Amino acid sequence: MADPESVDETPLVLKHSLTGPDRVFRVLLATSGAIVFVVLISILAFLAYKGWWALTNSLRLHFFTGTVWSTPLHPGVLGILVGSVLIALIAITVALPIALSIALMINEYAPVRLRGWLTGLVDLLAVIPSIVFGFWGLEALNVYVRAPVTWIAEHLGFIPIFRTTEPGNYSDSVFICGLIVAIMIIPVVASVSREVMAQAPRDAVEAAYGLGGTRWGSITDVILPFSRNGIVGGTLLGISRALGETMAVVLVLSNNNQVSKAILGPGNGDIAKQIADTFPVSDIHGQSELALAGLTLFATTLVFSLGGRLVARRSVGQS
Amino acid sequence: MVEILADRESVSPLQPDRPNRKRPVSRDGVIDLVGAAVASLAAVWLVLSLAGVKFGFGYVFCWAVVSYALYGVLVWRRDGVLIMKERLATVSIWTGGVIALVALLGVVAYVVAKGFPEVYDSFPQFLVNDTTGGKSGVAFGVGPAIVGTLEQVGIAALISIPIAFLTATYIVESRSTLARLVQNTVDAMTGTPSIIAGLFIYILWVYPHGVNGRSGFVAAITLSVMMIPVTCRAALEVIRVVPGSLREAALAIGAPQWRVALRIVLPTARAGLITAAILGVARTAGETAEVLFTAGGGPHYNWNPFHGEQDDLPLRIYEQVFQPSAKAISVGWGAAFVLMTLVLTLFILARLLGRGGSRRSFSLWGFITSWRRSPPVSE
Repeated sequence: MADPESVDETPLVLKHSLTGPDRVFRVLLATSGAIVFVVLISILAFLAYKGWWALTNSLRLHFFTGTVWSTPLHPGVLGILVGSVLIALIAITVALPIALSIALMINEYAPVRLRGWLTGLVDLLAVIPSIVFGFWGLEALNVYVRAPVTWIAEHLGFIPIFRTTEPGNYSDSVFICGLIVAIMIIPVVASVSREVMAQAPRDAVEAAYGLGGTRWGSITDVILPFSRNGIVGGTLLGISRALGETMAVVLVLSNNNQVSKAILGPGNGDIAKQIADTFPVSDIHGQSELALAGLTLFATTLVFSLGGRLVARRSVGQS
Repeated sequence: MVEILADRESVSPLQPDRPNRKRPVSRDGVIDLVGAAVASLAAVWLVLSLAGVKFGFGYVFCWAVVSYALYGVLVWRRDGVLIMKERLATVSIWTGGVIALVALLGVVAYVVAKGFPEVYDSFPQFLVNDTTGGKSGVAFGVGPAIVGTLEQVGIAALISIPIAFLTATYIVESRSTLARLVQNTVDAMTGTPSIIAGLFIYILWVYPHGVNGRSGFVAAITLSVMMIPVTCRAALEVIRVVPGSLREAALAIGAPQWRVALRIVLPTARAGLITAAILGVARTAGETAEVLFTAGGGPHYNWNPFHGEQDDLPLRIYEQVFQPSAKAISVGWGAAFVLMTLVLTLFILARLLGRGGSRRSFSLWGFITSWRRSPPVSE
């Protein structure tokens, strides 16, 4: 340390401590961050508080293992959780290949001039409200897909998942809900995976071409391996969106509350639908059961959305 | 300066040196494809007619599968496996992409076809009248719902946007454990099922307050639960790309942290922040499940968001859907058209403002905002 007296100019004293306004600013920032955190915690807390009765008094383990949602005596959450999960699975099965196609089409196949427009269009379609999709599904898709679904049930019925219990009754099914939700999440999945694929190193793609590779070869050997994490992340995000989707399912799905293996026919409930339809008219115990079901759904979607973000972020770190 | 750099990055690096791209469509390829399609159509028609299957979905399905296979075999025999894979992949990707666009645009077109005539036929009245049908019983409108949506989304935006921006700044500027926790929280909450947010506010506020619990303001709070994380995530992305050199330069000449954040970082990212804010608004304006338990609805005008039940557009659509008459359903389509127009307009506005700010930094918007930005050095 030099003695300050021995030099002409007073050296700048670097202080580690913050100035007053900075402290206020930091507190302000931290407060707003904390608000977000508190909201999440209180959602969980209030659902748990409301669902406490159902967890302790009525059923305990049966709540999580029962396959029929029959209020008020023995509701089993599987009766409506399985429907939610099935819808999400059908949606992602249909949406993923199509979303990847559109992402690859925009990035690799479409004319360069069209790319910006197509990207904007896909992002734009992602903001269409779910009630509009639900309304369309109820009025249009439910009618359009009757012929194909009937055909699948009649001719492909030998495949276990297409087996039905009620021949001739194919509307308002989990399958149709899955299709609507698939159309809703296509822009989400496509947008995330397109962005990641665009970050694939261009020189490696060009090198693949230079070695005489085909375009498909460059996709499978360069672009897809590079963007694998991003695609997985986008898929998990899509699943979490599909799991929590409410309005389209409320409008289209028939009223059912037990597990059914026939996805083409009516059967299977949905947690979000059950809450939307019956929560305000339930008694206090019914509400408690629904709140616990809601907590189950929320926990499930949290796992998927958080997992999706973590995986997607890892891919950005790699690049 | 910053804007120019950011912009150059977003342009595909392919453009400047125009690499040798394989021609996507060759004449042989088209002939192969058309030939395979025609041949398989004939084959499928013959077989299915002989088998006595009625024309319908099955024909189209079998035709698509058979022509795909036939095309593959054709290319494989002539050009080998590698080219076959390439061609089949091209066909698949175009098919998938076009199916997706057709399906999504089909939804938009359907809503326009159903809803636009409803709005157009009784043009100003549809946007002004309430939903009781008036004295004549036929003059339906969605005026109360439009008022409700504007007020609720407006209040939600006033609450959410400052919190979202401050939270995003916090996550980027702070390195603390809490900041990382908050980032994970935001990530987790973007996936919150909207019904859960509605349920939360219902349990927290509406249920304890009974009949008077529902109002436009409560609905706005519920929308904020969704709007904060969505806006915050989008804001994060743009605040992150503000170059660290700008931040360090300001800090190096002695600017305090709050000034760096408010005068350097946020103004640099302003175009992106405007986009983030409008996107958050557009995403939440259509949320239905959240307002289902909290807004109350009802066909009458209620201008006061703080007292009494209030209608809004998503809720109006939801209520119209379950009414038995065809007229009620088509009023629902009209409402859907108005809602979709509102949301898409907001989205396009967000894009235009975002682009205007980054490409032409001295555009009208830059001119309007420039009086507030004094050069940091002069402080």
